[in-house]
Amino acid sequence: MIEPISFFTGKFDISISDIESLLGAALSRGGDYADLYFEYTTLNSLNLEEQIVKSANRASRHGVGVRVISGEKTGYAYCDEIDVAAIRKAALTAAHIAESGAGPGPVGVSPSRPARDLYRVAQLIEDEPLPRKIELLNRIDRKARAFDRRIREAQVSLADEFKVVLIATSEGSLVGDSQPLARMRVMCIADDDGALQSGVSGGGGRVGMDFYSDQLLDQYADEAARQAIIQLEAQDAPAGSMEVVLGPGWPGVLLHEAVGHGLEADFNRKGMSAFSGMMGQKVASELCTVVDDGAMPNRRGSLNIDDEGNQTSQTVLIENGVLRGYLQDKLSSRLTGAGLTGNGRRESYRHMPMPRMTNTYLLNGMSSSEDIIRSVKRGLYAVQFGGGQVDITNGKFVFSATEAYLIEDGKVTAPVKGATLIGNGPDALTKVTAVANDLALDEGVGTCGKDGQSVPVCVGLPTIKISEMTVGGTK
Amino acid sequence: VITIELLHDIVKQAVKHGATEAEATGVESTEFHVEVRLGEVEKLQEAASRGIGLRVLYQGRQASGSTSDLSPQAVDELISSTVEMAKLTSVDDAAALPYGDELAREVADLGLYDPSVNALTTERKIEMARSAEEAARGADARITNSEGSACSTATGKSLLVNSAGFAGEYQGTSCALTVAPIAKENGQMQVAVWGDRQRALGSLDSPETLGLEAAMRALRKLNARKVRTQEAPIVFESSVAEELLGDFFAAVDGYSIFRRASFLVGRLGEMIAAPALTVIDDGRMRGAVGSRPFDGEGLATRQTVVVENGVLKNYLLNTYTARKLGLRSTASAIRPLTGAPVVGFSNFFIAPGVYKADEIIASVKNGFYVTEMIGFGFNAVTGDFSRGASGWWIEDGKLAFPVEEVTVAGNFRDMLRGIEMIGNDLRFRGRVAAPTIKIDHMMVSGE
Repeated sequence: MIEPISFFTGKFDISISDIESLLGAALSRGGDYADLYFEYTTLNSLNLEEQIVKSANRASRHGVGVRVISGEKTGYAYCDEIDVAAIRKAALTAAHIAESGAGPGPVGVSPSRPARDLYRVAQLIEDEPLPRKIELLNRIDRKARAFDRRIREAQVSLADEFKVVLIATSEGSLVGDSQPLARMRVMCIADDDGALQSGVSGGGGRVGMDFYSDQLLDQYADEAARQAIIQLEAQDAPAGSMEVVLGPGWPGVLLHEAVGHGLEADFNRKGMSAFSGMMGQKVASELCTVVDDGAMPNRRGSLNIDDEGNQTSQTVLIENGVLRGYLQDKLSSRLTGAGLTGNGRRESYRHMPMPRMTNTYLLNGMSSSEDIIRSVKRGLYAVQFGGGQVDITNGKFVFSATEAYLIEDGKVTAPVKGATLIGNGPDALTKVTAVANDLALDEGVGTCGKDGQSVPVCVGLPTIKISEMTVGGTK
Repeated sequence: VITIELLHDIVKQAVKHGATEAEATGVESTEFHVEVRLGEVEKLQEAASRGIGLRVLYQGRQASGSTSDLSPQAVDELISSTVEMAKLTSVDDAAALPYGDELAREVADLGLYDPSVNALTTERKIEMARSAEEAARGADARITNSEGSACSTATGKSLLVNSAGFAGEYQGTSCALTVAPIAKENGQMQVAVWGDRQRALGSLDSPETLGLEAAMRALRKLNARKVRTQEAPIVFESSVAEELLGDFFAAVDGYSIFRRASFLVGRLGEMIAAPALTVIDDGRMRGAVGSRPFDGEGLATRQTVVVENGVLKNYLLNTYTARKLGLRSTASAIRPLTGAPVVGFSNFFIAPGVYKADEIIASVKNGFYVTEMIGFGFNAVTGDFSRGASGWWIEDGKLAFPVEEVTVAGNFRDMLRGIEMIGNDLRFRGRVAAPTIKIDHMMVSGE
């Protein structure tokens, strides 16, 4: 693990006393709070298609974001250089948000380290020789093509990044982190006499090279190929309101859209969320306990510290159906007096932090998935999804199934084509009538977008039954 | 600052390191963003950013790199590591720079830079955002809250140099104003986000116009309900027809075509839509947001007719996809800072028809007027489409009641053929634009 303070002070011409003076510059016109976010990131990607490695890419970006908070106002500026003069200019720009005049002068900071390391990695993927990474892609390609003669094409990509951050705050903290992240993606196209279908799989997290075992790579390949082949047989999806069973893992995107975004503190503080003012009220069936946990080892959504330097934690959002907590960032926490939850995140130094999810999932229940399926007379069993979206204010959310089956008389029968499911956040989870004991988190592929910023997240779910949901098929 | 000379030097150095072809790009921009909420400034952001990117080919093998660090050491490292990576990828016969005779000979002035955007003071930008929000909040007593209003401006410079002999740069501005009022009635809240984005300040809708439109859009969502599941004719308001066109792009993107991952593979020259439909991508509309003098590989931009009177005329292609398909590039390359060029559109639109939007609504006996969509339910491989929708139900040619929490679904093959009417209300608020369109029938899923 790289020690962030010495990384930045060693690589660039900047010292801790410079940082103290820069915090002073940020508060030179007053203001309640200021922070500096130093970032140095390298991103690598490798793409295989038509059985050849078509490109290898490497990007490096670094810079500093300066934020000044004055009441409910935020001033923000950044620079693409880690250079005292450039950062000072950004600090003086951000300082303009405050109007009270006098600043405190330099602000002392005391260095600390995160209390734990959730993603200790033996060897960073970016340090692997390129030929070794290419081998992984080739393996997946061969395996996917071997799955079925109708698999005509496989596209395989590996994206890895390594981000070193250092956060200095006017409250006197100076803390950094180094964050690995990797994602393998496989897309297969099946072609049966001109009828085409696709399947997607993959996974990753804050992991090193050892994560990608042969067994796991083969599993990605088989899964993408299997989905594409299954879709060749798919019938039109049903239309209308019906019982829906969601399988474990990635279908947890339901939680992300139905309740997760609506429980971010910024929306609630401003009274713009369909969940505003519902704290302590029943928003789900008593079978539902939903948590957001940024402190899980090696997960895609995990962080030792959030992008404001605060320790991540497990936050109970909904407990036995009752709304218990919001996801906080520094600003919302300051303004509402709620405790920090470690959910202040940002895409990069070019972006202001805001409350975001990390790893969000529903806790296990007592049912078995077999019993749940057996209990459905006519419904939809959805096991894989594409993206989702929510209108925070009216609570309406959608998520699109990419692999789903009919359930008829308690049995999973024919595969159906992709369809969008639509529901209403504040009452969707009240219709959860069974929760199984097979909780799984997704494989590590999720990216969440909010206000133009993308951050890696994870979702999870055990098998659940929803008594009624609108399925947007055509039949 | 990033100059043509710096990029020339990078290209030269890359060739010296062994690259057989090289292409360097640079971007510089300054951005300003202010958000006002309930009359007060909530966020103010100002910054300058820049970066350089390098793509090299080494005997048919491709790699690319980028950096935001312009120090000589960082630039040297970019050049050597990119060339070294290229030695390890595979030979790809289609990967190459454009042919010399395809490259733009001059950099046309398309009116992309408006000095008045740069001359705007911070106070004025705050005032614009404030006025838009005020107009929205003053429109009706039921507008009780606001997500705020934002004014953004940007000035950018793009540069491109390659070893095939191209060197060019151009500057552009953009300004945007967005407002999102919240309406409340009977315990239900509805938000509408509305805005405009243009290159020239003078083309931007006024703050008052945007605020009033946003308020109307939030108010008309109030007291919405589900409808029963049924097949019905669908009228897509121009702002949602725009989204359908954005989905359609994925099916004519050269990458989807050579991968055979589009339902429009092999359909060039065939009737794929109702004769009323004409779809155009135009990179040279004067002063338009999507215009640029040359594409991401240095080809002069142009107008490409994608669909003409229902017949599929062209896919959108860059050099790579054109070579894969044995066609010529349509100058549709977008050059990301890192990575090989991709295909994108410039100003992509459906040519306006003859009907007023009111006439289109009036033609429907029982159907759905969709004014907002949510989600990502389009599969370009199969053409299957299913998205969340809200709007108004139409009865006997009149808007009867608001609708929400339903989906509309169909297949693009049928939807394109089923286009019955196209409106005359085309207006660009960005790079994609479409008039109101009516499709004969789709499945509406609700109760």
